[in-house]
Amino acid sequence: MSQDLMFLIETVISGLMAGVMYSLVALGFVLIFKASGVFNFAQGVMCLFAALTLVGLMETFGLPGWAAVILTIGVMAGVAWVIEWAVLRHLVNQDPIILFMATIGLAYVLEGVGDLVWGSDVKVLDLGIPQGAWDWGLDNLNLYVEKLEIVAAVTAGLLVTVLAIFFQKTRVGRALRAVADDHQAALSVGISLRSIWVIVWTVAGIVALVAGVMWGSKSGVQFSLSLIALKALPVLILGGFTSVPGAIIGGLIIGVGEKVAEVYVGPFVGGAIENWFAYMLALAFLLFRPQGLFGEKIIERV
Amino acid sequence: MARQPIGEILLKADNISLSFGGVKALSNISFDVREHELAAIIGPNGAGKSSMLNVINGFYHPQQGQITFKGQTRSRMKVHQAAVQGIARTFQNIALFKGMSVLDNLMTGRNLKMHSTMLEQAVYWGRARREELEHRGKVEEIIDFLNLESVRKTPVGRLPYGIQKRVELGRALAAEPSLLLLDEPMAGMNLEEKEDMCRFVLDVNEEFGTTIVLIEHDMAVVMDISDRVTVLDYGRLLAVGTPDEVRNNQEVIDAYLGVASD
Repeated sequence: MSQDLMFLIETVISGLMAGVMYSLVALGFVLIFKASGVFNFAQGVMCLFAALTLVGLMETFGLPGWAAVILTIGVMAGVAWVIEWAVLRHLVNQDPIILFMATIGLAYVLEGVGDLVWGSDVKVLDLGIPQGAWDWGLDNLNLYVEKLEIVAAVTAGLLVTVLAIFFQKTRVGRALRAVADDHQAALSVGISLRSIWVIVWTVAGIVALVAGVMWGSKSGVQFSLSLIALKALPVLILGGFTSVPGAIIGGLIIGVGEKVAEVYVGPFVGGAIENWFAYMLALAFLLFRPQGLFGEKIIERV
Repeated sequence: MARQPIGEILLKADNISLSFGGVKALSNISFDVREHELAAIIGPNGAGKSSMLNVINGFYHPQQGQITFKGQTRSRMKVHQAAVQGIARTFQNIALFKGMSVLDNLMTGRNLKMHSTMLEQAVYWGRARREELEHRGKVEEIIDFLNLESVRKTPVGRLPYGIQKRVELGRALAAEPSLLLLDEPMAGMNLEEKEDMCRFVLDVNEEFGTTIVLIEHDMAVVMDISDRVTVLDYGRLLAVGTPDEVRNNQEVIDAYLGVASD
């Protein structure tokens, strides 16, 4: 195989892997948006908070990784419950914009609590996820792929499969979608808004934990982790706010697009395309296909 | 199938008063609904019909009075409890889950009948799967009953208004309610759609024996299909009786046609 082609393949694969990481973050947004029609500004901070809690539990109490993960899931469920109790419960039937504002407040509170409890220094997260290059690929295919990225890809695949089935085929999944569409109607068929909200925020918390672990293992657990939410935005616009598969495909497209553009177009415009490519793509989508690739088309009868 | 005879009192409202701030929406309303009955609440716009329905269903909590349903008396009830007790409803402005298919909308109506746990559902195995199939069967019967076969998989947001109204009725029926509340099921429909809807309402009452409370301001429709009519005006109870009694009630005639001031 020619050198050039090999290089392209490598670029695409590394793009795909980066894309998986974006998708993981975007997934958390989609979940909450689907179930409450709210863009959860705090999702990025939830990733940070989950990762901080995990590291904190491991460092402070010397817990083994698996125990810390289980405990962290418990903590995220507790956070979900508190959010429902302190915030959402009082905002039933309010406009999405009001709930959105509430999530902004939530982001600051969570960030503050995280700092207060676990401190604000950069922490190393070592869950025993293998690091370094994938040897077999390097030896036999001459491909450089990080092991961590492979783990992230497999995890994301599993998560999406489970979530897709959950949303499409089960009672709770349907109830989640119902709540997103119409609070009152959902109440009238006996869906309990409160438990649905706790469930969905817990699931979003678990997804945030997974994303936090992957990003944290890669670049340490620190405040900047919460900023990955910014990268998830274009992913959402591409994939559609309401689609779980959309979050994945959107992430992959942006990951690959970024890397390929950087490598092949970058030299002509002085580089750094990676920083703005995703947002340009999102802008184009907003102009021509605002519901994203897989989003539910909003039909308004007049 | 012959219609089931009208039975015991199923729902009883006693001295219900409801106000929003200074506005009295309902004052001192009492009436009852019997099993297998098709009862109507009528009145001009703003008479408090929808408020009454919202009280029965638990969306509003009256300041005074109480509701007795299936022998259980309560003055405050949550919507969830109402659903658990077997009260289902439709809304004046269609409240469907627009992004979901007709089938899924009807399946949400079965929500309270399904019991598998979160964990079972997360892995979609065993009971969760069995339940899903079982309830799917029931929902298909309702789809059949309401002639919705051709649109089963269509997202309801895409359906015409009249069909959406029918889907909403279907979702309420899916819960196999013992009391069905219909808030202006024929509002905004053309004549043909109205006739269809009337037929469906009567069929539900006859075939399933469901007790129905219907709100409507189209007098003609109501008089044709209901067993008993309750008339509200400005939040007051004007008359209760059979359609014939109500039709000849002077106060009702005055409220609908206006009274010449002397």
